[in-house]
Amino acid sequence: MSPSPLVQIRQTLADPGLQAAIYSSTGRLVEKRRQAVSESDPAEFERWREQAREIKKHTLENLDYYLERLEERLTARGVKVLWAKDGGEVTDFVLRLARERNARLIVKSKSMTTEEIHLTDRLQEAGLEALETDLGEYIVQLAGQRPSHIVAPALHLTRYQIGDLFHERLGVEREVVPEKQTLIARRTLREKFLAADIGITGANFLVAEAGLVVVVENEGNARLSSSIPRVHIVIAGIEKLIPRTSDLAIFLKLLGRSATGQPLTVYTSLLGGPRLAGELDGPEEVYLVLLDNGRTRLLADRAKRQSLYCIRCGACLNHCPVYRKIGGHSYPWVYSGPIGAIITPQFHGLLEDAWLPYASSLCGACAEVCPVKIDIPQILLDLRWESVKAKVREGSNRLERWAFGVWAWVMCHPRLYELASLFSSAITTSEGDGWLKSVPAPFNAGPIRNWLSQRDLPPPPAKTFRQLWRERRGRGLS
Amino acid sequence: MSREFILHRVRTALGRSAAQAPPPAPEVELRIRELPLKQRIEIFSAALEKLGGRTCVAGSAEEARTYAARLVEGKRAVASNAPLLADCGLTSLPGVQSGFSNALELRRALETADVGITGADYALAETGSLVLLASASEARLISLLPPVHLAVVSKERLLAGLDELVTLLPDPAAATSALVIITGPSRTADIEQILVRGVHGPREVHVLLI
Repeated sequence: MSPSPLVQIRQTLADPGLQAAIYSSTGRLVEKRRQAVSESDPAEFERWREQAREIKKHTLENLDYYLERLEERLTARGVKVLWAKDGGEVTDFVLRLARERNARLIVKSKSMTTEEIHLTDRLQEAGLEALETDLGEYIVQLAGQRPSHIVAPALHLTRYQIGDLFHERLGVEREVVPEKQTLIARRTLREKFLAADIGITGANFLVAEAGLVVVVENEGNARLSSSIPRVHIVIAGIEKLIPRTSDLAIFLKLLGRSATGQPLTVYTSLLGGPRLAGELDGPEEVYLVLLDNGRTRLLADRAKRQSLYCIRCGACLNHCPVYRKIGGHSYPWVYSGPIGAIITPQFHGLLEDAWLPYASSLCGACAEVCPVKIDIPQILLDLRWESVKAKVREGSNRLERWAFGVWAWVMCHPRLYELASLFSSAITTSEGDGWLKSVPAPFNAGPIRNWLSQRDLPPPPAKTFRQLWRERRGRGLS
Repeated sequence: MSREFILHRVRTALGRSAAQAPPPAPEVELRIRELPLKQRIEIFSAALEKLGGRTCVAGSAEEARTYAARLVEGKRAVASNAPLLADCGLTSLPGVQSGFSNALELRRALETADVGITGADYALAETGSLVLLASASEARLISLLPPVHLAVVSKERLLAGLDELVTLLPDPAAATSALVIITGPSRTADIEQILVRGVHGPREVHVLLI
């Protein structure tokens, strides 16, 4: 379907339009966050982060209790709570319900959890009309792509590309002004909302003690999805729980500021269940699907459990020098950037995506901005260590072992070492700055070539240390 | 069913047993600023204005009626069944439909209405937010479908902020099936991070403080 990561990365780097789109959009998000954080008391913001982290830690360490508590509270109000091991179980449930309710049109609001299990595609393959309604998601769906950013799915597209897309797919005039493009989407999707049979949303938080589904958004599509159709289905990962409504205050303040620089997002919905007697709108049936899909495996790992604290604000993406060059589509899964680099291998099993933990300069910017203080660089290091261990176990590191064997042998024999260093100082580069960008023919292959394709070595000194040492001793300067 | 499977895996991962009570959850530090009403109103108006919304402080029902009349003049409006709206005389303004008791009729009216008029249970000064609890007299879609939203809140309902709201309502679902906090007009920045107002919800939000 999509090209291999390496090919995708090269294409992204070689596309100046795409580079500009990613760099300027993430730059604006960085600036918005910086402004929002500086407008609030920095010491208080720090305390919010501390508290949020402690609350997430506590909730996950007692997760079974809070899951049952949430289920109990919601069930008492007529919400049907279901549990799903993986995406297949979620899809089966939605399809069965759609069949039973004779539903044809499903409106969806933005949810990374449903992206994770490719729910929209699966529903469409089964013959249902499943529409993304968040503007960015709608654009990405029309383009037949996947979101490239957790918060801003169409961040990689320019308005000119979107103008062409709307023209081709919706048969409207080519329009490049974002206001007008937004209006086109509003009109098209409004009709769909009014005709929809089922609305699907994710959840940003699940409040256990109060039995609440909390959905945060700016556009109003999640409110429409959870208010108009007769049936509302919420799909949420089991890590979304927090204990109390008072905790919510801390998380809402952190999420808005970290994601888009807003003290509070435009719409925050606290949903308790189906419409009550006398109410004129709201769903008649509400379902909550609690999804595992690899989360319990991650939960068992004490050191890396903190990856589940993530509230999907996207700040680590915006601040990551690697993400800002290679963009979201270069990552193999829906979660991109630093958080994607740590959760993808842990959800999927490490060996499949063993390169991901290396897609970082370990500069630490992600950890500095994370609203729940996940130590992403440390987890990246742990994952690197594990991937090396796995290679050793499998014996797939033969070349590396051989190379280090040769190196160790040379290092143990002073004469040989001197010969080797003389040889390396003899390498000179033709290019003016003297930096070493490649090595001569027989050696310019395999891992050496790959390594040098991304890195330059400083010019070798004219004389080796040993030569200098001898000369100075000769001159009596020892 | 996967319920038992997942709960078992969670307990195994954590080394917990069924029905084991958790230690108390860590305390959260909430801060409720004690501010005189006048200052709360100033903070609210400034916050809402920054988001592109408008605030009008009405000294009397008559003033409120005048503001609303100007807003709905020549337009079609739907008002909720909140008693406050009728008390201020907003439901009897020309062009305003109210008193719906049939879901389908309400929806039809909203599909073509230019303005939606609602009450609000609370307002939050710090963020310029409205808090609406869905009920028989306050339908969810009135504040959502029409391109303009006018909300009427009494000044005593103006809280300092989110921290005060969650302190006041620790169990919102006991009072409503859906609570929504509305902070300014509907917006997006999904195209090149350029701000656009009025995506799926209203592009204008007016708040009448009475």
